[in-house]
Amino acid sequence: MTEAVLSNVAVLLSIGRHPVSGRARRGATDAQALEMALALRPRRLTAIHAGPAADADALRAYLGMGLERLTVLVLPDGADPVEALIAHLRRLAPSLVLTGRQAEDGEGSGMLPYLIARGLDAAMVPDVVRVGPADASDATPGKAAIVQALPRGQRRALTVSGRLVATVHPSAPPARASAFGPARRGVIEPVAVPVTVEVTADLFLSECEHRPWRPKPKLMRVKRGGSALDRLRAATESKSGKGQLLVNPTAEAGALAIYDSLVEQGMLP
Amino acid sequence: MIATALTTVVLAVLAIGAALAAWQSRRWLAGRPATVGVVAGLRALPGRYLVDVHHVVGRTPFNARFHALVAGGFLAALALLVAMGVAIGGSRLLWLLLAVVLAVMLAGALMVRHRRQVLRPRELSQGRFARLPLSLLTFSGCLLVVALDQALGGVMPEALALVLIAAAGVALADLVWGVWKGPLKHAVHGALHLAFHPRPARFHDGKGRDTGLKPLTLVPAEKTEPGGLGVERPVDFAWNRLLGFDACVQCGRCETACPAYAAGLPLNPKKLVQDLVAAMDEQASDAAYAGNPHPGRGVGTAHGGAGLPLIGPDAMIHPDTLWSCTTCRACVQECPMMIEHVDAVVDLRRFQTLELGATPGKAAVMLEELRATDNPGGRALARRWDWAADLSLRRLPAGGSCDTLLWVGDGAFDLRVQRSLRALVLLLRRAGVDFAVLGEEELDCGDVARRLGDEATFQSLATRNVATLNARRFARIVTADPHALHSLRNEYPAFGGSWTVVHHTALLLELITAGVLTVTKPVGRSVTFHDPCYLGRYNGEIEAPRALLDAIGVERREMLRSGLRSSCCGGGGGAPLTDVSGERRIPDVRMEHARETGASMVAVACPNCALMLEGVVGPRPEVAEIAELVLAATETTR
Repeated sequence: MTEAVLSNVAVLLSIGRHPVSGRARRGATDAQALEMALALRPRRLTAIHAGPAADADALRAYLGMGLERLTVLVLPDGADPVEALIAHLRRLAPSLVLTGRQAEDGEGSGMLPYLIARGLDAAMVPDVVRVGPADASDATPGKAAIVQALPRGQRRALTVSGRLVATVHPSAPPARASAFGPARRGVIEPVAVPVTVEVTADLFLSECEHRPWRPKPKLMRVKRGGSALDRLRAATESKSGKGQLLVNPTAEAGALAIYDSLVEQGMLP
Repeated sequence: MIATALTTVVLAVLAIGAALAAWQSRRWLAGRPATVGVVAGLRALPGRYLVDVHHVVGRTPFNARFHALVAGGFLAALALLVAMGVAIGGSRLLWLLLAVVLAVMLAGALMVRHRRQVLRPRELSQGRFARLPLSLLTFSGCLLVVALDQALGGVMPEALALVLIAAAGVALADLVWGVWKGPLKHAVHGALHLAFHPRPARFHDGKGRDTGLKPLTLVPAEKTEPGGLGVERPVDFAWNRLLGFDACVQCGRCETACPAYAAGLPLNPKKLVQDLVAAMDEQASDAAYAGNPHPGRGVGTAHGGAGLPLIGPDAMIHPDTLWSCTTCRACVQECPMMIEHVDAVVDLRRFQTLELGATPGKAAVMLEELRATDNPGGRALARRWDWAADLSLRRLPAGGSCDTLLWVGDGAFDLRVQRSLRALVLLLRRAGVDFAVLGEEELDCGDVARRLGDEATFQSLATRNVATLNARRFARIVTADPHALHSLRNEYPAFGGSWTVVHHTALLLELITAGVLTVTKPVGRSVTFHDPCYLGRYNGEIEAPRALLDAIGVERREMLRSGLRSSCCGGGGGAPLTDVSGERRIPDVRMEHARETGASMVAVACPNCALMLEGVVGPRPEVAEIAELVLAATETTR
């Protein structure tokens, strides 16, 4: 039964963009998600991409990692893939859906896994670095053991039961190299979106300006003065435990906490 | 009676030997098909042996002499014995002639014995080869006594003569049955390999040098078998390549020349070839191998077979061994059997990279960046020219023309190499050369990708570079990077690019000889020149850099290993990326060679050599790119 949790895995793969050249490539964390899925050796592994069929050649880099086939849900250019993916995943009923944390192209909001999880009525775990069957000693069967990445290199062990959507953190095991031969021979299966699903154009996206993906700038607070040890401690010390943990807060309390935090970080006056 | 017994023994042994050789041919004929000119090859065989093989063997004169005596005497004796048996019968004159050739062979056999039992070079294999002096001495010695006796009229008791003939027969059997596995195999397979060599152009009857890798068909035609790209199993090699491995006589010259072996990396080219030879059998193991192992790895644990994968932690060849090679061709240069080790390494790497994606370490990361950005560092192509921001280099647009096109290569992204590129540009300006650069349209030449087995990326880069270059008119391409030089000159013609490509050392020499550049401040220091493998062995250019150094007034000292027999800096073939660890680093070994000369400076002519040798910890001789030295020496005094 523990095996069953991870025996039917779906991986959602997007077309990435190289940050410098802007050329289509395999998405970095999507490739790591596929690596994680391949390493699980599930009984059934479905790799899915949703988008225009014309872009399918850029997906061959995923096939080069050892996938034999990859499903493309054919959508018109600029369409929102969420509904189509939810409909397709409902039919497949995977126990685990893996994907990268954020697309390198298109809207790239990182919201897709959350929307999918809501649509599938599944749990959502972001920033996973390891997935495996739960310890045999665990009394409840059908659980997955997950290690989640937290800021500053911290890790959190989770046990999750039931259907699960997980996004992969960049510090997960690196993706294996893509080989030319299997990439050329692999099969890309175009699948039409069922007529019951209404494919809507992504209005937000059509209004956006497109630029190549860049890593998100990080705010660094450099502490000046003090001894070298103080500065080292300030740079490496974990802030966890000092933060505020709100469980099921009211909307007002949550918003106030976020506002205070932004003021504290100097991002709001 | 004596003559009959003798010829019967000889003919019987030879017949069995021929049968064994024919049976043995199954192993190498199992390889993939290859097109060879059978008649032309057989016709060229004697010439190739007498010129090309002798050129290699003659580098060690003692070996050349004993080989000439033993092989010459042995073949002449066999010919005479067969002739006596088949046609003419034994006359006293013929016996005397036989005695003379056997005496020649005996002299050679004594030299063989001296080498194997007194000199004992450490690169020689033992095992079956240890019996070689005994067999040679017994055969030539016993028969010499019989032949002399017969020439004098036959005074020896017949029984004694028959005993001597029997002893010689046993020795001959040991030699000839070596066709199966042993010393004499190299004679038969070596001759066939010379005739059906996969690179006939490397011999004196061709161009004399053939070093470019052959393109791999990436998308096989419909009819061909669905095999993978590159070589996975022994039978995936072309049959004449398998034949070449089988010709190996385990002399160990490659071993003494290999920079990876010298640094204690897990690669011994002789063992590599012997692994391939052993793997041609069905149930193969390297247990019978009696030479030096791959450093740090024992003998006897490797297992494989003709239809089994060659590369793997438990297979015949460990991946570390495969990825230790710097593709410097030192082994190919030294091999008297004309085996093409580097081709085999690249064929094996092609399967690992193109089919398995098993390129190790940083090499796989580099290849992915290369595919996405056309340069190995994943940087914007415009940044290749950051170092020349103040030089306002002329860009050559499509359709434009200039005299000299400067190809800067990927070294331009590196701070160290930028120094020597600036020196080169200033020299070209000083000499008034009409030159231009490609600007952002210059892509990586694909050299490293190709040596790492990524033929797909290489071909993609090569096709686009060829299209870019063919859209422009220029008299010649100049580059300071011998790797780019080799790709552009020797490997791009297969993709439709054919230009005059010169190394900057040749151009600078030309400018100094023509008087356009004047030496004003002779260097006056002791300098030793480190030959880049891709300029020397790959392109035969060892004179121009030396003449250039002499022209700028250095006191030139030669390392023990220089010119075509130079030792690699460790920077070729993607070795810095695969980064297999050994007892020492290859550049440390090379710097040791430079220290031995006592020179205060090492001159290099390749960006990789500059980086590798400058990475050696001090105290060590200074490392200078040759263009930097020329720039300093031709400074105009104001």
